[in-house]
Amino acid sequence: MSDSAAKPRPEFRNIHITQILRYRLPGPGIVSILHRISGALMFLVGIPFILYLFQQSVTSELSFERYSAVVSHWFAKLVLLALAWAFLHHLFAGIRYLLLDMHIGWDLPAARKSAAIVLFASLVLTVLAGLKIFGVF
Amino acid sequence: MSLDRTVVGAHYGWRDFAVQRLSGVVIVIYTVWLLVELLMLPELTYGNWAGLFAAMRMKIATSVAMIAVAYHAWIGVRDIFMDYIKPAMLRLALQASAIVLLIGYVVWAFTILWRV
Repeated sequence: MSDSAAKPRPEFRNIHITQILRYRLPGPGIVSILHRISGALMFLVGIPFILYLFQQSVTSELSFERYSAVVSHWFAKLVLLALAWAFLHHLFAGIRYLLLDMHIGWDLPAARKSAAIVLFASLVLTVLAGLKIFGVF
Repeated sequence: MSLDRTVVGAHYGWRDFAVQRLSGVVIVIYTVWLLVELLMLPELTYGNWAGLFAAMRMKIATSVAMIAVAYHAWIGVRDIFMDYIKPAMLRLALQASAIVLLIGYVVWAFTILWRV
């Protein structure tokens, strides 16, 4: 029998915001919450910012110059980098969910592995996008 | 054991599930298409870039993609509000704001596109 004096294990039901850091979320859970966060980021910042840049870039020769000036500012580059991550993570996580819908990678080890692939692949491509955005190549 | 039950409700749960996935696929296809078109541009100048969106195929593809983005975002944002915002009036207000904002995004995108 287990020792009744053992340290009580933490119990999580509907976790409160203050418990989030003590709660060890598994990989698929991290992918899931980042799917939401990246989606919300694109809804609030991504769509209006990209539409603004699109408008400046296609409207006229003059506005194209303004577009070039805006995207060469370091803060705009930082925002674009965050949006690149949001898009890439959302894309890969979305493809993973489509595969799961078709019961591909359905068992726990496969689901954990695909979650790790989503997190890793989106970060690697974000780094590449960052090198492009900051003009390394 | 079979469950013989009368199915009730508006069925929008199933419809939204399907639309969320369909619109996601449309966005992926558009993304690949746009990347291919970009790679085929000889040089990224204003003329080439604006010329790309002056073509009718690109206007239509971008319009369809924008509608897919708006519908996709609506379902996602609505799910977030349903999960985290408990007071009904606040949730309703936020959902209404999201709809207005998304319709605004679509109209904005159309006016940009059809002026190129």
